[in-house]
Amino acid sequence: MLETAFFYLFGGLAIGAGLGVVLARNTMHSVMLLIFCFFNTAGLFFLLDAEFLGIILILIYVGAVMVLFMFVIMMLEVNRAKLREGFLQYLPVGGVIAVILLVELVASVSSGVFGSDQMQQAMHLGQDVNNTVEIGKELYTRYLLGFEIAAIILLVALVGAIVLTLRERKDSKYQNISRQVNVRKEDRLRKVKM
Amino acid sequence: MVSLSAYLVVAACLFCIGVAGLFLNRKNVITILMCIELILLAVNINFVAFSHFLNDLAGQIFVFFVLTVAASEVAVGLAILVAFYRQRRSIEIEDINTLQG
Repeated sequence: MLETAFFYLFGGLAIGAGLGVVLARNTMHSVMLLIFCFFNTAGLFFLLDAEFLGIILILIYVGAVMVLFMFVIMMLEVNRAKLREGFLQYLPVGGVIAVILLVELVASVSSGVFGSDQMQQAMHLGQDVNNTVEIGKELYTRYLLGFEIAAIILLVALVGAIVLTLRERKDSKYQNISRQVNVRKEDRLRKVKM
Repeated sequence: MVSLSAYLVVAACLFCIGVAGLFLNRKNVITILMCIELILLAVNINFVAFSHFLNDLAGQIFVFFVLTVAASEVAVGLAILVAFYRQRRSIEIEDINTLQG
């Protein structure tokens, strides 16, 4: 029952790290705990025969997105004590909503609908099945349109992020294209009588 | 053998932690973005678990798309945050409501 043991290890650590993300006093600690949570979730993905997505989660999420978070946190100096204001004020509302949601979700999940025969017999795939190859076959045939839309979304996000953060320095010299184009002869040229 | 509902319970716990975090951390935009990441992660666990137990690869493809959207959302959100911080020297939510037109 090694699989069950690993499931409880990964699942428990993921939930614990998730709680830490919400409760940590320091924003940097939250990012670290979120990275830990992603690692444990990647472990859960491995248990579910989704090796490709587990690796993608570690490489893209931990390697790119969370490092971007860290970069931004280090760049902005945030007043830590001030940011914690209002935590206790919203604790009753947030806690009650989260607990009600959790009870409802767990009740519906463990109601027996998902324990039917068909879903109980999920055997692990053999060693000759390559998850990456299978995903590639599906992604480039049936889901090709979605794949291209995802690519366009990434491109738009890239351009948007650059446009939002780009700024011109006050002291650097640059061309004002519209003024260049709109210039008339009278602005530049003056005839003088000798 | 771990059952499907066990995975769904883990995902439900992560989802609720993320929702609670959205309520509790009303001051810090970065923490709110991280809570959204937690919620999307819970959704991804659900997708992969159903994909495994129904023996259908479509769930994993959709995790792929969710990851794409989440990554671009974080990039644009943090860019807005940096641009806002340059203007106001603060990232508190109360100041950000001045963004409304």
